[in-house]
Amino acid sequence: MIPAKFDYVRPSTVDEAVAALAAGGDDAKVLGGGQSLMPVLRLRLGEPSVVIDTTRIDEMKGITDSGTAIVIGAGTTHDEVTKSALVRDHVALLAAATETVADRQIRHRGTMGGAMAHADPAGDQPPVALALDASFTIAGPGGRRTVPASEFFVDYFTTAVGPDEVLVSVTFPKYTGWGAHYEKFNRTAQAWAIVGASAAVRMDGGAIAEARIGLTNMGPGPVRASAVEAALIGASSLDAIAAAAEQAAEGTSPNADIHADVEYREHLARVLTRRAVAKAAGLA
Amino acid sequence: MQHISVTVDGTVCESEVEPRTLLVHWLREGLGKVGTVVGCDTSNCGACTILVDGQSVKSCSMLAVQADGCKVTTIQGLSTGDDWHPVQTAFKECHGLQCGYCTPGMVMSTVDLLSENPNPTEEEIREGIHGNLCRCTGYHNIVKSVQYAAELMGGTK
Repeated sequence: MIPAKFDYVRPSTVDEAVAALAAGGDDAKVLGGGQSLMPVLRLRLGEPSVVIDTTRIDEMKGITDSGTAIVIGAGTTHDEVTKSALVRDHVALLAAATETVADRQIRHRGTMGGAMAHADPAGDQPPVALALDASFTIAGPGGRRTVPASEFFVDYFTTAVGPDEVLVSVTFPKYTGWGAHYEKFNRTAQAWAIVGASAAVRMDGGAIAEARIGLTNMGPGPVRASAVEAALIGASSLDAIAAAAEQAAEGTSPNADIHADVEYREHLARVLTRRAVAKAAGLA
Repeated sequence: MQHISVTVDGTVCESEVEPRTLLVHWLREGLGKVGTVVGCDTSNCGACTILVDGQSVKSCSMLAVQADGCKVTTIQGLSTGDDWHPVQTAFKECHGLQCGYCTPGMVMSTVDLLSENPNPTEEEIREGIHGNLCRCTGYHNIVKSVQYAAELMGGTK
């Protein structure tokens, strides 16, 4: 289908984008890579009066090393994230999750910031941001603010980014030397995760010293499996990892849908967490 | 209306477009580049795949205005005069098609994949083209076509 009519603005700075949002009113919409918004426009599930295209804002692109953290511009594409040596060396879990997003074409256009701000509960990267304590830099009429991942994801498709604000960048602390693996369970190519488990572990003398676990599609937003993280400390065998992963569904609130009921999703969370941690720890 | 200037298959094309015009619709209806086809309304099928600044993109999932200043290559820009692109030759030789509807997108995705990975394994090929659906399910010969294209283009596997 052809989208409904809208006005189009292409700012070249973050300040211009914020001004365009203020001028655009309540139904202005920010366009990032467009790989979620374009289908919405095409199917006329959304009919914004103005679309603000942020893809030519240089400040929102690129990956930099701040010393203690890796800062990724919101407009950086999935393809750029997966190929970045900085990301692969210091935030390997983000690269692993991003490699599984959709397909090559969509990874060429879709952006990391777009995926975070869209906040689909089946998204691959939000649980990584949550588990790795990322922080989000948001620009609005009052200036800029930084929001921790624990407060960024609010509900289904809802984040801390206000209607008059733009996500500028996401900052990931460095996890240099940590093992990382993402286990995504889906039925067909391109499909969203029915459940996904992200695991990053720091090994010390053959045992897990620290662990970070995030779950995809186990609630209205990403879920951090804190009980598993605590139980994994000191684990040095597959049996110990399996025992810790038994707690993966604790505190989750998954939906039932045509792909899976709640009980099955809880089962998947345990199994995928076990597999992800075992691979991240180099034991499988 | 927005003014855009896009280099399409080597020719600079200037046009006035409505912001809501999808890139694929502008290519087909504005420029007559009907080799690029629309297969779905869901971003799944990849039949409309083209290259934008050298990277594969689903042209149904991008606005024409967003291509302003970009270099676009469609299936109609691959051949040089009467000489087919090796990927086109490979799809013909290996019969990498049944009904042929997905073929323009499959060919463009193959060009994109081989530009990054000139020597892909079968698994890498299947992963590399999984954004393109063949509703005839003719994947077997499509994979063989990609392998043969890699060979024609100098890959060793």
